[in-house]
Amino acid sequence: MPKLNGGEIIIESLKKENVDVVFGYPGGAVINLYDALYNSKMKHYLGRHEQGVIHAADGYARSSGKVGVCIATSGPGGTNLVTGLANAQMDSIPLVAFTGQVSSSLIGKDAFQEADITGISLPVTKHNFLVTDIKDLARTIKEAFYIARTGRPGPVLIDLAKDVTQAVAEFDYPDQVNLPGYRPTFEGHKLQINKAAKAINEAKKPLLYVGGGAVISGAQSEIRQMVEKAKIPITTTLMALGIYPEDQDLALEMLGMHGTQYANKATLETDLLIAVGARFDDRVTGKLDEFAAQADIIQIDIDPAEIGKNLDVEVPIVGDVKKVLKELLPYIKEKENGEWQQRIKELKEKYPLQYEADESETIKPQYIMEEIDKYTKGDATIVTEVGQHQMWAAQFHKYKKPRQFITSGGLGTMGYGLPAAIGAQIGQPEEKVVLIAGDGSIQMNIQELGTAQAYNIPVKIIIFNNKYLGMVRQWQEFFFDKRYSSTKIPAPDFVKMGDAYGIWSKSIDQKSELDTALKEAMEHNGPAILDVHIPEEENVYPMVPAGAGLKDMIGG
Amino acid sequence: MTHILSVSVLNKPGVLTRIAGLFSRRNFNIESLNVGKTENPEISRMTIVVKGDEKVLEQVTKQLHKLINVLKITELDKNSIVERDLILIRVKCTRKQRSEIIQIADTFRAQIVDVAPDSLMIEATGTEDKLEALTELLRDFGIAEFVRTGTVALSRGQASK
Repeated sequence: MPKLNGGEIIIESLKKENVDVVFGYPGGAVINLYDALYNSKMKHYLGRHEQGVIHAADGYARSSGKVGVCIATSGPGGTNLVTGLANAQMDSIPLVAFTGQVSSSLIGKDAFQEADITGISLPVTKHNFLVTDIKDLARTIKEAFYIARTGRPGPVLIDLAKDVTQAVAEFDYPDQVNLPGYRPTFEGHKLQINKAAKAINEAKKPLLYVGGGAVISGAQSEIRQMVEKAKIPITTTLMALGIYPEDQDLALEMLGMHGTQYANKATLETDLLIAVGARFDDRVTGKLDEFAAQADIIQIDIDPAEIGKNLDVEVPIVGDVKKVLKELLPYIKEKENGEWQQRIKELKEKYPLQYEADESETIKPQYIMEEIDKYTKGDATIVTEVGQHQMWAAQFHKYKKPRQFITSGGLGTMGYGLPAAIGAQIGQPEEKVVLIAGDGSIQMNIQELGTAQAYNIPVKIIIFNNKYLGMVRQWQEFFFDKRYSSTKIPAPDFVKMGDAYGIWSKSIDQKSELDTALKEAMEHNGPAILDVHIPEEENVYPMVPAGAGLKDMIGG
Repeated sequence: MTHILSVSVLNKPGVLTRIAGLFSRRNFNIESLNVGKTENPEISRMTIVVKGDEKVLEQVTKQLHKLINVLKITELDKNSIVERDLILIRVKCTRKQRSEIIQIADTFRAQIVDVAPDSLMIEATGTEDKLEALTELLRDFGIAEFVRTGTVALSRGQASK
């Protein structure tokens, strides 16, 4: 067996895991690993901040379906990863993060750039490891990848004492993992599946409520069959937009706080809610007691802890969503559900998603989304930051396929979008990647423009510029008597900033300019920034106030 | 409502932190937590006394299961277990009071493990109720120092049910 140093063992292990792209930022404690990278064929993308690095790995994982890998040094390198880990943990994104640690003899001595990153990251990782002996290195990497990608995926951190990456050992990558305490359930229970089939066949007003778990599981074709076989209308969470094409009659699009009125009204009327890889988040359910109050609930999830966590369910099924649906489908009777279909049609006609459009030159954010949808023929991968623009992007673009909409759902991380869009583009080089950003969010990881420029990553950055932290301002308008406390945020000149990075940039404020400007940005060979000035006090409708029931929607 | 969970865990670094961290993060209440080695040196057993209704208990169990180093979780049925705490109490006493205290200790099958001119140290094991009763009686003499383990418990064997 070949003798390799720790750094080389890591590279070889990554190859065994079919990793060909890593995101990182070097430093003293990972210098041996970077030395090993120097001679390897591994493609390394240097970010501009460790938070950018990990969000890029996350965006890469979401767009490609592979495990995202990132590297940071000890101390501040590791602590800068924390938001990215929490973000991935909340949205169940498979990541393996390597951090450097001071030499094992110095651990606990408050050495230079020492931080207890395994302690710090404990609550925001699926699992983490500290490696202080090179003999454990290859096995630990094997286990980390296995844990990150199986079951309910999540981020796994490996902290590497500096002497481990320096030491030399034989490289022997294990074929199998030995984790007696980790055995996810993949197969659904037969009896429960029969129960679910019976409930679905008997239901008069069934409704599919599909979340990110279905995307992770790759269950789009099974979901489609479910919808079409028994004519079951489907609403999705923010995490699952596009799992079923949104232009179809039975698609109700997103539900919840800023969901469509028809989706929310359908949850009030359904007699059987079929939750698939969804976790009854408070932004989805509103007041729990009122959510789907008329309905029995079937819940399919790979994580047993999600079942009954927020709401009691009548038919729980633990297992991989795709596998369970495959088992379930043959038992589902073909049905027309005529009356319910008719009702859904009525709801969609009566309560459409809408906004006040006028003949003026004002550029409405909703209109921009529609134009992007039109221009890209609905095919682009849309990545967002967090806030109003994120909701408009979710609402006013018809998503057609899974992994087409990439957003920070659970944690709501401003600053996620730009680096994630870069990662998403690297994960899907052939796709057009469009970042929808707010003027507030984009400034949180703006330094990653440097990454986009350095590697000529052709992401198209559309800034919805309202000179406010719009979502908080909206809450202040509705619930705090327009007391706009600290939400006015003067934007910098984004065109000059783009210029400074050598990125194509343009700013517009007239509706008649939008068409041409979009075309220019989209066709530009490389990254592009389009700064679009939108009305300062435009609101996201409809809206369910926090803590209210879904029946109490405002506007729309 | 308290529940006693017996949890087998792999003896890996940080396993106690992971479990304690989980409880605080998920807003669960621990009454007591006890950890020690088992017959297998690679495995430790934790006895955790949890406060909460059935729903809380279900979440605690499921969330614990998600920890990679947790092997097995059993809720112990209070009607068919042996549960014990251990306490050490140093009681102030004058020469005159000494025999009275020893008598009390005897009644509770406790041991005198240290004698000093002005104090006695008592070691007692038993259920929580018993130890609380003993502590109450000794309080009148003045408790100088007191230390107590959390509960440890095991299910009774099949035959003794």
